[in-house]
Amino acid sequence: MAAVSGLVRRPLREVSGLLKRRFHWTAPTALQVTVRDAINQGMDEELERDEKVFLLGEEVAQYDGAYKVSRGLWKKYGDKRIIDTPISEMGFAGIAVGAAMAGLRPICEFMTFNFSMQAIDQVINSAAKTYYMSGGLQPVPIVFRGPNGASAGVAAQHSQCFAAWYGHCPGLKVVSPWNSEDAKGLIKSAIRDNNPVVVLENELMYGVPFEFPPEAQSKDFLIPIGKAKIERQGTHITVVSHSRPVGHCLEAAAVLSKEGVECEVINMRTIRPMDMETIEASVMKTNHLVTVEGGWPQFGVGAEICARIMEGGLWENVPGFMSEGYRDKNDFKPEVTAEVGKWRISVCDKHSSEEDFWRATSEIPEGGETSAEGFWN
Amino acid sequence: MAVAIAAARVWRPNRGLSQAALLLLWRPGARGLARSHPHRQQQQFSSLDDKPQFPGASAEFIDKLEFIQPNVISGIPIYRVMDRQGQIINPSEDPHLPKEKVLKLYKSMTLLNTMDRILYESQRQGRISFYMTNYGEEGTHVGSAAALDNTDLVFGQYREAGVLMYRDYPLELFMAQCYGNISDLGKGRQMPVHYGCKERHFVTISSPLATQIPQAVGAAYAAKRANANRVVICYFGEGAASEGDAHAGFNFAATLECPIIFFCRNNGYAISTPTSEQYRGDGIAARGPGYGIMSIRVDGNDVFAVYNATKEARRRAVAENQPFLIEAMTYRIGHHSTSDDSSAYRSVDEVNYWDKQDHPISRLRHYLLSQGWWDEEQEKAWRKQSRKKVMEAFEQAERKPKPNPNLLFSDVYQEMPAQLRKQQESLARHLQTYGEHYPLEHFDKRGLQCFPDFSTAEAPPLARMIYP
Repeated sequence: MAAVSGLVRRPLREVSGLLKRRFHWTAPTALQVTVRDAINQGMDEELERDEKVFLLGEEVAQYDGAYKVSRGLWKKYGDKRIIDTPISEMGFAGIAVGAAMAGLRPICEFMTFNFSMQAIDQVINSAAKTYYMSGGLQPVPIVFRGPNGASAGVAAQHSQCFAAWYGHCPGLKVVSPWNSEDAKGLIKSAIRDNNPVVVLENELMYGVPFEFPPEAQSKDFLIPIGKAKIERQGTHITVVSHSRPVGHCLEAAAVLSKEGVECEVINMRTIRPMDMETIEASVMKTNHLVTVEGGWPQFGVGAEICARIMEGGLWENVPGFMSEGYRDKNDFKPEVTAEVGKWRISVCDKHSSEEDFWRATSEIPEGGETSAEGFWN
Repeated sequence: MAVAIAAARVWRPNRGLSQAALLLLWRPGARGLARSHPHRQQQQFSSLDDKPQFPGASAEFIDKLEFIQPNVISGIPIYRVMDRQGQIINPSEDPHLPKEKVLKLYKSMTLLNTMDRILYESQRQGRISFYMTNYGEEGTHVGSAAALDNTDLVFGQYREAGVLMYRDYPLELFMAQCYGNISDLGKGRQMPVHYGCKERHFVTISSPLATQIPQAVGAAYAAKRANANRVVICYFGEGAASEGDAHAGFNFAATLECPIIFFCRNNGYAISTPTSEQYRGDGIAARGPGYGIMSIRVDGNDVFAVYNATKEARRRAVAENQPFLIEAMTYRIGHHSTSDDSSAYRSVDEVNYWDKQDHPISRLRHYLLSQGWWDEEQEKAWRKQSRKKVMEAFEQAERKPKPNPNLLFSDVYQEMPAQLRKQQESLARHLQTYGEHYPLEHFDKRGLQCFPDFSTAEAPPLARMIYP
């Protein structure tokens, strides 16, 4: 939607961007690539590799993309592969889904994912559910991409994070890259994937350069969908995040390291299917977990991670804890699981016995709503 | 009689007569004429002269295969009153507006133009985060606003600041919204140019495109039910008309018979997308009849044409409870917004043509000069005065503090729920301890130094504070 284009570039930020681009005397194989250029490269390589791939969206052709992500592509591939559409998300998402059903491999760009709400019926009911509902007859190999989450002062209607919304739906794969390597590898995997994939980028990350390792410069560099990456090893606490907040977590980790707390920072990379193995293995090691995301807390990505930690196989490894009898316990109340997400730090501590566990969970953190009795009655 | 009814259905949207009633009127005398065609006596309906019986359309049969050609070469003609030099072409179309009103039109347009220049610059200097100018389209705003009653409800897209300007929205509040300062009626929650004013019946601008179209229809329906003698005007660009919401809005306005004016500003571009890529039909005006809507195309740079069309549309929309579509042809002289550089997709010559040869402000100025209502002296004085007014408002707006951080939590719901109040208290405690790390000197700090009073069940008074 072209309402108010989110390309908010204050002069101050342009200046700081210039300051960032210092001249680097690095080894020839380690180069600095911005997230924008990484996505551009990924799309360029896939457009070249498979002529069924094409890009459509608002302003993607001659304008080089509202955020310049598709710069140079229209010049290189022309009108048949890079298509400017009229302003109708519902329209062009539907057209893209139809093209995918007919055998093409579209990349459908939303100017921001906020505007994908106009098209969400096409994404969920037509793209996500069709393979299943057609009995496996009708695949929809489509990629929906665009900036997601908050930008700088663009108000509520341009700042929502859709990771939880799309991550909720079976049939969809949802990825959320943080740095350039993630961006390139994930967009390429998404385009080659025969399932509908939602790629949640971030506008503020587009201009940020990262070191591009040599393997990422290859035309076949793919990052598997469904695998998280441990960006920083640590022993004291696990910090899980996706997209831009990963950078904040690493900054926080650096500050905490000076105080002797070593954080293990996990970059989820994929929201659906979520890589719980990596998170669980990390929590087993550290016994502490914090989730950091740009979306709202209720029913969010972090809430899901905490719920899975509570419900999952992790507790089988706790000595003395009820293993199989967990769900059969008479006074286990289903609504407890929903509340559990709030007590992230205290509940996810590993305990030596069942009694300890109950005692710990009855210590309600400051500001809690439920008294210990109310919780377990 | 059946023929007359059929004719009436062709030339205006069908209203009032039910299908059953029509069949009843057709039945008498039909059987006799069907005699000559043996196979037709088996039909359920007996028809008069072999007419179509389909409920879906009222039309005659044709036995020649012919596709209707969309007429884009000579499309719907463009109504205008003044020529490009501000001279009235057909005196009977001159609205004969009194001098005060025409001067108000002129001053609103020029004041808007001045404010646009200054605020655009201020964005370039980093004082505000974003801005959208109205260059070239001022005529569409004031021409239409002048033809409405002050209580008529306005749903805008984002390039209709002139409507508010005409309704005497103070410069101070325009600036307050752009700066997001303590005087902003929107409490600093929106991007710049997202104005809203309940007092002046201007619904707060919402970013997603074309969502205002079905909303305006709903509001018009409510006005009709309330017998309010009120019209709703809904502004949108030719790009937004591509959205699905526009289709729904037009269709519902017609079927629900709402007193609404759809005002399309066709300015040639939607960011960089030219109209040739936005649609292939004859613009937006040609879509109206498809929905059963009375439609007209006007010269948007001719204030009097816009005025006349809107005036007549308003009169009939209220009297007859039907929608009207006005497509105002104009040109977007400025960039789409401060995030756009239009030199990337159009030539400077093209822009200069519209700026110099066909601008609503200069055309009205020529009219004023020819009437003897304006001269060079007054022009110079007004330019100075308007600039001074804008600069004063601007400086004041810069100096005012930002809204109170407690306003982060209010207005999510009508009554503040417990969890939001807890967050508000948590922020207050956080600022007590770490306040020095935040630029609090730029913000209204009333009520932040102490804990809000949570002994009562009601939301803290600050949450409902209304700023002057």
